[in-house]
Amino acid sequence: MVAAQDISHSQRIGTPADRRARITGVVLIGLALFVAGVFSIGVTGDATFRLSRPNDVWAIPNLVLPAAPFNYIIAAVLAFLGARQFLRGGGRWTTLSLGIGLALAVAAFLVWATAGKAFSLTGMLQATMVRAVPLVLGAITGMMCERVGVVNIAIEGMLLAGAFTGALMGSLLGGVGGLIAAIGIGGLFGFILAALVVTYRMDQIIAGVVINLFVLGLTSYVSSQVFAEHRFLNNAPVFRAYKVPILGDIPVIGPMFFNQNLFVYGALVMVGVATYYLFYTRMGLRARSVGEHPRAADTLGINVYRTRYINVTVAGMIAGFGGAWFTLGSVGRFDENMTGGRGFIALAAMLFGRYHPVGALMAALVFGFADSMQQKLALLQTPIPSEFLSMAPYIATIIVVAGVVGRTRTPAAGGKPYIKE
Amino acid sequence: MTDQTASDPLTQKLLERAAPSRAEFEDLVIVPIFAVIVALAVGALVMLATAVDLPTIGQSYVALVRGSVGSLNALSETLTAAAPLVLAGLGLALGFRAGLFNIGAEGQIVIGGLVAVIVGFSFAGLPWAIHLPLALFAGALAGALYASIAGWLRAATGAHEVITTIMLNLISYRILDYVLRQPFVQREGRADPISRSVLDSAQLPGLLTWIDPNLRVHAGVFLVVLAVIVVYWLLFRTKVGFEFRASGKNPDAARYAGIRASFIIVAAMACAGALAGLAGANQVLGVLDRASPGFSAGIGFDAISVALLGRSHPVGVLFAGLLFGALEAGGRQMQVDAGVSVDLIGIIQALIIVFIAAPLLVRAIFPWGFRKSEAGRNE
Repeated sequence: MVAAQDISHSQRIGTPADRRARITGVVLIGLALFVAGVFSIGVTGDATFRLSRPNDVWAIPNLVLPAAPFNYIIAAVLAFLGARQFLRGGGRWTTLSLGIGLALAVAAFLVWATAGKAFSLTGMLQATMVRAVPLVLGAITGMMCERVGVVNIAIEGMLLAGAFTGALMGSLLGGVGGLIAAIGIGGLFGFILAALVVTYRMDQIIAGVVINLFVLGLTSYVSSQVFAEHRFLNNAPVFRAYKVPILGDIPVIGPMFFNQNLFVYGALVMVGVATYYLFYTRMGLRARSVGEHPRAADTLGINVYRTRYINVTVAGMIAGFGGAWFTLGSVGRFDENMTGGRGFIALAAMLFGRYHPVGALMAALVFGFADSMQQKLALLQTPIPSEFLSMAPYIATIIVVAGVVGRTRTPAAGGKPYIKE
Repeated sequence: MTDQTASDPLTQKLLERAAPSRAEFEDLVIVPIFAVIVALAVGALVMLATAVDLPTIGQSYVALVRGSVGSLNALSETLTAAAPLVLAGLGLALGFRAGLFNIGAEGQIVIGGLVAVIVGFSFAGLPWAIHLPLALFAGALAGALYASIAGWLRAATGAHEVITTIMLNLISYRILDYVLRQPFVQREGRADPISRSVLDSAQLPGLLTWIDPNLRVHAGVFLVVLAVIVVYWLLFRTKVGFEFRASGKNPDAARYAGIRASFIIVAAMACAGALAGLAGANQVLGVLDRASPGFSAGIGFDAISVALLGRSHPVGVLFAGLLFGALEAGGRQMQVDAGVSVDLIGIIQALIIVFIAAPLLVRAIFPWGFRKSEAGRNE
């Protein structure tokens, strides 16, 4: 009786994968209808995307797309993908279709917003990379901690501390001095986090929240108590962009990757270094084993406490570097709470990137894209209120966390203090 | 531990339950007292480091006390500041008990306050007895619905509520900015985003205005007392409350016992959101009289500290809220009297939480304040 019920039940709903495929199909078809109905009907003119700048070495012509036909085609492709998922479903195509579908929908949106106007795609991609910097560095921070079993909610606070110290010490000692100080202060807060959760066995999430509160309080206090009077303390030099010869002249990706400042190059290098460290060195293997099964690691003679201390402290230094981007890498001046939740978006990027540095870079670029898109679209004067555009990165984060997190395998020992017997 | 008769663990557990032990007393009373003292001391060090001279530091702590409990006005300010903290803190405590780390009180306050304002300036002509409860209820409902988004996402997809609630906070600010510019909300003749004023019939009446019209304490304090009682009853006297606590203590055991995990998550978030929404309504109907960008003033984040400090117990939250309200009110006095930025209070609050949440740290700093042989207690 019960078994029979179970069978009919499972036949009706199918396996979770089938169900997911069906939901994906419905979402894609909905997107198709939306693109056709809102972004295509009644839209006139061409969307012009500028791919190179006037004084580029290798100039390539602008990309001109007729808005309405292009969006009808996108709607058709979306409908096809959706119908295919709905009817056939299956396997790894589901996630891929959803990813392609969302990318197409964004493209349709851009074409719709640009119809009859011109828009610099290169500039936007360059801004995307710039805005991804604190996110990817924050994500690597979170990853380094989480891989050794420490949940780091304090990325936000570490970034803020780095930004603040970068501005203060940068004003006093110059850019390089500020950068080193920012990295140092990030390391200090990493060490404090490690001490709180490893030695004093504080709840990891509470420890993170407290560090965030503390840094926010301290930096706001100093900036209103001291910076308001002594402005010279909050006037740091900014690292200028450095164009890599030849590579920087490649159209579209040249400006994005090879005509940036120290922080962008640093972030890209960190992705490589972190990947190498975590997956190709003995230290990295040990770190990961501590995050998966600390007791087994301990039995094999790995010092769990020391591994956690070292990794969390180094992770804090990376966050300090990322934090310095806010001041030394862009405006040279510290404002209260200037990180504005980016530490948490970085956490989402870490999840989206499945605890892998390269994945985190990709995820950070997606968020950076959403971030720079809302800024550039404000210039295009679309009928969408600016408040809704500025929600885009946050909504993207929620969608990503909701859509991906259930399928990401987290390090097994995350969030638990380890008590040596 | 030193007791010979209580050698086996079961007897000891029973004994502990029968009479609160010295250890519990230490955790509940001595640790918080030490925490406050250390936090104030570190605050003084921070002031020293930022070139505030010693007499000013003394003066600022005197102002802190004077501004929080030194006069009738100070007490009124303390209660006014404490009310929303306790309300939102109760909501967060409820979530913590159910194992949900909801950081979204801020956004729920914004949305709850916004909806309460809209109800508060609409419906002219309703009697006070209907309009005020309606506005409060609308605020609570809006907060509950907004929080349920995060609860539903957690239950349906496993999206961690820490991230989703923070994102919802950021989104709520944008919603507020947007709604405040809409013609039916924006005050006539104003270009900046500011709402119309709440009608008299929807305002929480001042309690001591008959002594001095400047005393701001309002009927929201009754709301607070009521909420403490209701949350206590809900958590410790009802089946749902038991399910909340069971899910928080051990989600797997709760699931095997037949507790519907998804339902509990959404319900706990909705309750938390309702209380936070009520806190927002309390602010706009009792203190501010209108909504403007940033009217939530970080209450939702302070409420996290309040809930943690209160050990997620309704009565504890009440006292923690009063302490934080006093710090808030005293901090403003401090800024006026001694010229020390009110942001210092944020540092002190964070430090208090550090020491409360890491009893081992306090024990390490003050070894003489506690009984020896604590090794066995910390599992």
